[in-house]
Amino acid sequence: MISVRNITKKFGVNYVLDGLSLEIPRGETVVIMGQSGSGKSVLLKIITGLLAADSGEIWFDGTEISRLGTKEINSIRRKIGMLFQSAALFDSMTVAENVAFMLDQHTDLSKREVSEIVDEKLSLVDLDGVQEMRPAELSGGMRKRVGLARALAFNPEVILYDEPTTGLDPVTCTEINQLIRDLHEKLKVTSVVVTHDMHSAFSVATRMAMIHEGKQIAYGSPEEIINIDNPILQQFVLFGAPDQILNMENPILREYLGR
Amino acid sequence: MDQQSTIHESSGGFYHLIKIWLHHVLSEVGRAFTLFFQTLVQIFRPPFQFDLLVKQLLLIGFNSLTVVIVSGFFTGMVLGVQGYIQLKPFAVEGSVARFVCVSVVKELGPMITAFVLAGRIGASITAELSTMKVTEQIDALEVMGTNPVKYLVVPRFLACSLMLPTLTIFSTFAGIAGGFIAVVTLFDVNGSFFLLEVQKNIFVGGVLISLIKATSFGMAIAAVGCYKGFSISSAGGAEGVGIATTGSAVISLIAILVLDFVLNHVLFNILGLI
Repeated sequence: MISVRNITKKFGVNYVLDGLSLEIPRGETVVIMGQSGSGKSVLLKIITGLLAADSGEIWFDGTEISRLGTKEINSIRRKIGMLFQSAALFDSMTVAENVAFMLDQHTDLSKREVSEIVDEKLSLVDLDGVQEMRPAELSGGMRKRVGLARALAFNPEVILYDEPTTGLDPVTCTEINQLIRDLHEKLKVTSVVVTHDMHSAFSVATRMAMIHEGKQIAYGSPEEIINIDNPILQQFVLFGAPDQILNMENPILREYLGR
Repeated sequence: MDQQSTIHESSGGFYHLIKIWLHHVLSEVGRAFTLFFQTLVQIFRPPFQFDLLVKQLLLIGFNSLTVVIVSGFFTGMVLGVQGYIQLKPFAVEGSVARFVCVSVVKELGPMITAFVLAGRIGASITAELSTMKVTEQIDALEVMGTNPVKYLVVPRFLACSLMLPTLTIFSTFAGIAGGFIAVVTLFDVNGSFFLLEVQKNIFVGGVLISLIKATSFGMAIAAVGCYKGFSISSAGGAEGVGIATTGSAVISLIAILVLDFVLNHVLFNILGLI
């Protein structure tokens, strides 16, 4: 579905991504892990065309998109929904106007049709009766849900989640993780989740990738990831991984956990 | 020898600093003009979102009307009082109406309106856009396939360019009214004579100069306000928003003064308008 090939990006003299390659298969939920500043969010911005890579290619459904013009990249963007780290809701608009934004901008749907879609998408994220509220009146978890409803409004083929659980309490984190799993089940969309929250990562991933110093150092299913004997990966995974992972009888885990 | 090399090194360091500063200023100017030309292109590209324009026209125009009228009125009063006091020793105090009228129409009407809007609207445009930038709202617009220049800059640019001349008309009338009230109530000047002099001294050329200046000032305020809002780094945070907003007001005021000088030279000396 999305193929990242040998992407390089540097800011000043620092290479954030240094020849990164990554495959995101259709229908999978791929979690991209990495330390803060390892270039996870930069990668999402390059996939969506917000940032240009210095070199390398991004393929979306058989089309190379990193050199496309504005018009072409905008038509690709309509197939992608993105939940930003801060939710990035338009604070001058109501919740309903936020969710309806893409429909208002890119379709000729009537107000009634748009309103029906808004209600449907808000129900999908378990939010009802908030249509007329302003983003400032919502809690952190509700803002993320509205951001997700807005990302879903145009029925995207891919949803990108940038740190979906950052800044949320444990209960809300669990609810957001459940929501990501539910949407994957119900809509069969391809999802890319950037996070360093291991609880969230193991909770939603069907595949995981680890980025370190601008390169992919591990890739596989959650079961495969915990069997990769790499000190950086294991330190990362074991810090905050859920109990069901930590309690597994696995020789590599045992070694890193010192049991 | 050591002293000479120290002087040479320090002058080299000074030139290096000047070079860096010049590079920075020229890059900023280049980026600002790029945004300006992108805006001009987007104005003529569909879709035309009139609802966004109307919203900005109301915000910029209607909400600034009171402060523009009050500023114009008191500027006119000061001009009337000062003009009368300065002209009286030469026994030409009868020219005070001409003095007020010409000053307000050609210079102070557009200038005072532009100063008020640079502080009120230019800074608020920068604060709004830079906040949107640091909270990723501008990134969200782009990801949703909406051009931020088209959606955010074009309505503000058009509204400023249209409302500044409109508000200038109000501030000019207020200025002349202020001058009239000050001179007639405080000094021994006949009201009918003052109004007759005003009528004699308002020319099409003068009004045209006023409107050309006001439109140019409006474009400059919007261009600077939007550029400063867009140019903030996403990691700038609240401090970055504050710095961008202050910078916007200062640069707008300087741009207005520089533009005023250039337009005065072009309109009076080259085109010969009076």
